[in-house]
Amino acid sequence: MTLAVQTDAEGYLANKDDWSEELAKELAQELGIELGDDHWKVLNTARAIESESGSSPGLRKISKRSETPIKAIYKLFPDGPAKLIAKIAGIPKPKSCL
Amino acid sequence: MTNSGTEKKRSLSVICSKGSFDMAYPGLILANAARMAGVDARLFFTFWGLDIVNEKKIDHLHLNLVGNPSAPIPAMIAGLPGVEALATAQMRKEMERLEIPPIREFVEMLDDAGADLYGCQMALDMFKLTKDDLVPQVKEVLTAMDFMDMSEGAQIIFI
Repeated sequence: MTLAVQTDAEGYLANKDDWSEELAKELAQELGIELGDDHWKVLNTARAIESESGSSPGLRKISKRSETPIKAIYKLFPDGPAKLIAKIAGIPKPKSCL
Repeated sequence: MTNSGTEKKRSLSVICSKGSFDMAYPGLILANAARMAGVDARLFFTFWGLDIVNEKKIDHLHLNLVGNPSAPIPAMIAGLPGVEALATAQMRKEMERLEIPPIREFVEMLDDAGADLYGCQMALDMFKLTKDDLVPQVKEVLTAMDFMDMSEGAQIIFI
């Protein structure tokens, strides 16, 4: 990481308040993802669920609520969508197994 | 973390050999967790595990109560007609509450997540089934040796 924000050992944002849309774009770029509207729909949904429930959602919840099929989520965030979404959305590692 | 070019990608092979409702989930959940974390995953359904992807059985798997010391009811009662069905229905309800998908939906989800599903040739022969008897998410029917070949370098879990 070359960014000027603190992350934990696994790469999740250490301090939630550090998050901004700008930062998300940079985090995504570091992970090899160019954020488009569909990405944002997923990220905003994940953030909304986390702030309502206090826990990071798994993919199934994000998929249902954002009306983005699982298949599409894997296309948007290849190589570990659950982790990538949490990292870019600036929320903790999901506790859900789904 | 993304993989650098030199690092070999992690991969997981799950062998599902049990066809009871309670033994179907662990393999599905582990394979799904792998995919969510960016690990390649493939599943091999063999012997009773074929029931998990058998079109006629996938929606009707039953809990294993008899001979299961963890079962919440005495074995004598567990063996009575209808008890397993009742307990299974109850567990289904509980899982629905926790938003754990039914087996069929789970199998579809795994396919969408890019996991590869395979049937075991020998088990199909034994049960006089063909690939057409399996759900469409099953990509291919393989011998155990084929599955070993494609599992080279993978971590293998037997359930």
